[in-house]
Amino acid sequence: MKRILAWFDARLSIRESLLPMLTHPIPRGAAGPMGWWYVFGSASLTLFVVQILTGIALSLVFVPSAAEAYDSLIYMNFDQPLGWFLRALHYYAGSGMVVMVLVHMTQVFLHGAYKYPRELTWVMGVFLLLCTMSMFFTGQVLRWDPDAYWGIAVGASMSGRVPILGPYVVHLLLGGPVIGGDTLSRFYALHVFLIPGALMFFLAVHLWLVLKRGVSEPPVPGQVVDPNTYDAHYEKELQTGVPFLGEPLLRDALVSALAVIAVVVLAAVIGPKGPSGPPDPTLSGANPRPEWPFLWLFALLSLSPPAAETFIMLVFPVVLIVVLFLVPFVSRRGERAPSRRPVAVLSVLVLFTTLGVLTYEGVSAPWSPKMTAWSGDPVPKYLLEKKRLPEKSPEKKHWPRILQGAAVLQVKQCRNCHALEGLGGQRGPDLTGIGGRMTRDQLIDQISNGTPGGGNMPAFGKQMTPAEMDVLVDFLTTLRESDQPPAEPPTQVAGTAAP
Amino acid sequence: MTHPSTPSQPERRTFFHWLTYAVGAASAAILGVPLVGFLFGALRKKEEQWVTLGKVSDYPQGQTRMVTFDNPLRQPWDGMTAHTGVFVCYLGKKGDKDDFRVLAVNCAHLGCPVSWFPRSGLFMCPCHGGVYYENGDHASGPPPRGMFPCVWRVNKEGKLEVQAPHYPSLQDTLQKPAKV
Repeated sequence: MKRILAWFDARLSIRESLLPMLTHPIPRGAAGPMGWWYVFGSASLTLFVVQILTGIALSLVFVPSAAEAYDSLIYMNFDQPLGWFLRALHYYAGSGMVVMVLVHMTQVFLHGAYKYPRELTWVMGVFLLLCTMSMFFTGQVLRWDPDAYWGIAVGASMSGRVPILGPYVVHLLLGGPVIGGDTLSRFYALHVFLIPGALMFFLAVHLWLVLKRGVSEPPVPGQVVDPNTYDAHYEKELQTGVPFLGEPLLRDALVSALAVIAVVVLAAVIGPKGPSGPPDPTLSGANPRPEWPFLWLFALLSLSPPAAETFIMLVFPVVLIVVLFLVPFVSRRGERAPSRRPVAVLSVLVLFTTLGVLTYEGVSAPWSPKMTAWSGDPVPKYLLEKKRLPEKSPEKKHWPRILQGAAVLQVKQCRNCHALEGLGGQRGPDLTGIGGRMTRDQLIDQISNGTPGGGNMPAFGKQMTPAEMDVLVDFLTTLRESDQPPAEPPTQVAGTAAP
Repeated sequence: MTHPSTPSQPERRTFFHWLTYAVGAASAAILGVPLVGFLFGALRKKEEQWVTLGKVSDYPQGQTRMVTFDNPLRQPWDGMTAHTGVFVCYLGKKGDKDDFRVLAVNCAHLGCPVSWFPRSGLFMCPCHGGVYYENGDHASGPPPRGMFPCVWRVNKEGKLEVQAPHYPSLQDTLQKPAKV
């Protein structure tokens, strides 16, 4: 056996080229307990390899044709042996890769490993982050379900806002004047050929740089990076270094293996994602949502005032990316330990808190009307019971009007935006106690005119008859605590000071 | 550029060097130009097409309803993705001509499909809560304008025809064929 290997090696020269790379020394500290922080880069790489393998498997069955994509996915989910598992694994390994990349990036940032002489490694890393996110986005499009279709529509509309060039960008994105087969083919080429190619190029440069500039030593408070003296300092570190082929590699391997096991278990237990339905744009009930890594952007845009929207859509992401690129140039030298870098630690905390809150908002999306609430969410029964209000309440004499008002509330789709007892849309305020808060006149005014200037509520004045408005307001004024009187405007008695 | 062993280069060698560069440039050009042209082929203008949506008498006056059809701006392999909807409302006679209102289903904010609610007379968008009145005017929410009206006509046989809608955006509405 040894002779066969020797025969190959005499021709490939692997021992003399590859072995020094594998056994290159890394700082002793990186082989100690601190070394566990260093595993996330290789975990990201491992999950990328899983994606390539599962992606190739999927490409043997998936048909990137607008007419057949859905059928091929259904076939993979239900007919292809283990097709469901491959689809699920491709999704969860992809999600896992995004998580690992973010953890790796945060660790590098907090340990100041991007400082001299590893600035270019960071820059390559930012490119890798962009490629990873692009893969996630283009991958969702390939699922070619209503979420994907309308997601592309939103992307096209955003691109359409680019000044002057808007329509050209839209047609390049869509591959034509409409969303269709050309769009799917385009995104397939991007997802399978172009972006992986770019990713592998950046990966090669990134790994080359890690090899050439070395793995950074764990940060020590007080040990500052000075470009004039760092190289000599690092050389000295390496003299007491340990070879990578050994404990450090084993650590990388362990965490990578655990990551693989985690995504496999997730895939096997949860199963494949979608497709959520056939890609028929005329199907009603479409409620598109972006994939989880983009929910924060979805929430940010949905919560922005309309005047700032185009700026946030088009300029803000560019600014964010430029800031990421500039990190190693703004803070090239100085302290590396997080305990001495309060701005860095604070930035990370603020960033992740913001992303977390925005993602949570993106999940619940309270700004979206609940399209089925008007017919699917009934008025809570106790609000319709006459006995709820005290004996002397004037409304009790005309209770059938109250019931008619409740019917108007439902039929005019008010519940799509307004909840009762938490059941219904979240876009507008919950109306459960509205009778104790707004007077009859205020209610008529609000419903008739909505929010002036086209804000949050449309004007319903012309959308119902005066009789319907009457009974609706009758019902709404009963929506108060049993012992609460209906809202009344403050009265001024002549001769006394205003309250 | 001169050969290291000779003190000066004969003119013929210089000529052949430049010839090589020229041939190289030519080969790059004849490879590159068609490739780039292909990649930007999506920007080629498509001629306007019309879709017949039925007789005028099929549309009761004052009733907005969604009409679906296969968009002729499709590729042959689009399947159900080419199903397109428009909201049509017959407005009665304007003078002696039939008047219609034809609106695209795409919200003017970011393109999601709006739903029509006849009981309240409102179009509502599921994505960010844009709302429009029956005539397409903006009622509330983030859309910067009303819904996109489509170009329509009544042909000689008394049938409503609508111009095949390309994907509408703020700078490329449906009032004309695709800008690109």
